[in-house]
Amino acid sequence: MEVTPPRPRVPTPVWTEFKDLQEWEKYHHERSSDDKTSEALAAIADTIHHFPGGWLVTTSTDKIFNWARSSSIWPVTFGLACCAIEMMATFASRFDVERFGMVPWASPRHSDLMIVSGTVTIKMAPMLKRIFDQMPDPKWVVSMGSCANSGGPFRHGYHVVKGVDRVVPVDVYVPGCPPTPDSLMYGLLRLQEQVAHFQKTGARPTAGGQ
Amino acid sequence: MTAPAASGVAALLRERLDVEARGEGADLEASVPVERWRDAARVARDEAGCHYFNWLTAVDWKEQGLEVLCRVENLDARVALTLRTRLEPGAVRCPSLTGLWRGADWMERECFDMFGVVFEGHPDLRRILLADDWVGYPLRKDYPVDMAQPPYR
Repeated sequence: MEVTPPRPRVPTPVWTEFKDLQEWEKYHHERSSDDKTSEALAAIADTIHHFPGGWLVTTSTDKIFNWARSSSIWPVTFGLACCAIEMMATFASRFDVERFGMVPWASPRHSDLMIVSGTVTIKMAPMLKRIFDQMPDPKWVVSMGSCANSGGPFRHGYHVVKGVDRVVPVDVYVPGCPPTPDSLMYGLLRLQEQVAHFQKTGARPTAGGQ
Repeated sequence: MTAPAASGVAALLRERLDVEARGEGADLEASVPVERWRDAARVARDEAGCHYFNWLTAVDWKEQGLEVLCRVENLDARVALTLRTRLEPGAVRCPSLTGLWRGADWMERECFDMFGVVFEGHPDLRRILLADDWVGYPLRKDYPVDMAQPPYR
């Protein structure tokens, strides 16, 4: 049964890099060499930090920045499957994540958080990656539901990415099929804790180190 | 319009194609050899009045080869006819029905996508659901489910 598949007319994008979480982190932590603004800011922060008594200023500034980040996380509305219904319920008035400063925003360019709510198919994965790439740093990802965590009931299917952490780095995994709004809110609160510990280097707390 | 009833359709198939239609009531089923696939479809459409093309799919019988099925219906007489044809073991070529029903276009593309059945005469036979660079045909029995699919496995 040898049949050569037809040649694609439009060359599909090949997402060869960023296959793995560690690989992504390694790439992500290397600052590009021509980023003069970041270098200047880092130099200024370094000078203040090494000035006698200056560490008081820098550490408290860090705390203020992290407080600001953690108390206004804007999730991009990215619903993929049935989990998106629970995500909408979480955003709506009864559970109301707006009291945590979260505004569901329909543009990745203004968002800090992507809640991957649902099954990620292999065909959808490049689009998910592209949306994630469009979000400005610092950004976080919550993997919501069994499908996004590990493939879930579709793990042995031919078309499902076996865990969204093979595409983008994930900060919080919310289990459930689908997770209730309570579960998702607990996950979002855990994420706020993580963001509050976010350092200026961009290093995330490890699983046991927080 | 006088539409033939189920018994009439069965008699028509026996007379024109020399195949015996099985089934009870208005639900008929007939197996035809692959070289008469298009003739059978033409008889079903033009003479039995089955103008509604319901679906087309395939079955992988492993060593015995693939089987292509389609279901056409005469909505006036309420007769449904399932045509099926067996391909040779290892064979993937089957005549296309797009010349008879426009609705067969995407069905045959999906069948090609999932089973790799090559429909001869199809105007635009390429993958419809999966990505263009997908390797293999997932609904075949010998498709390894955990086969690495670049780039995300």
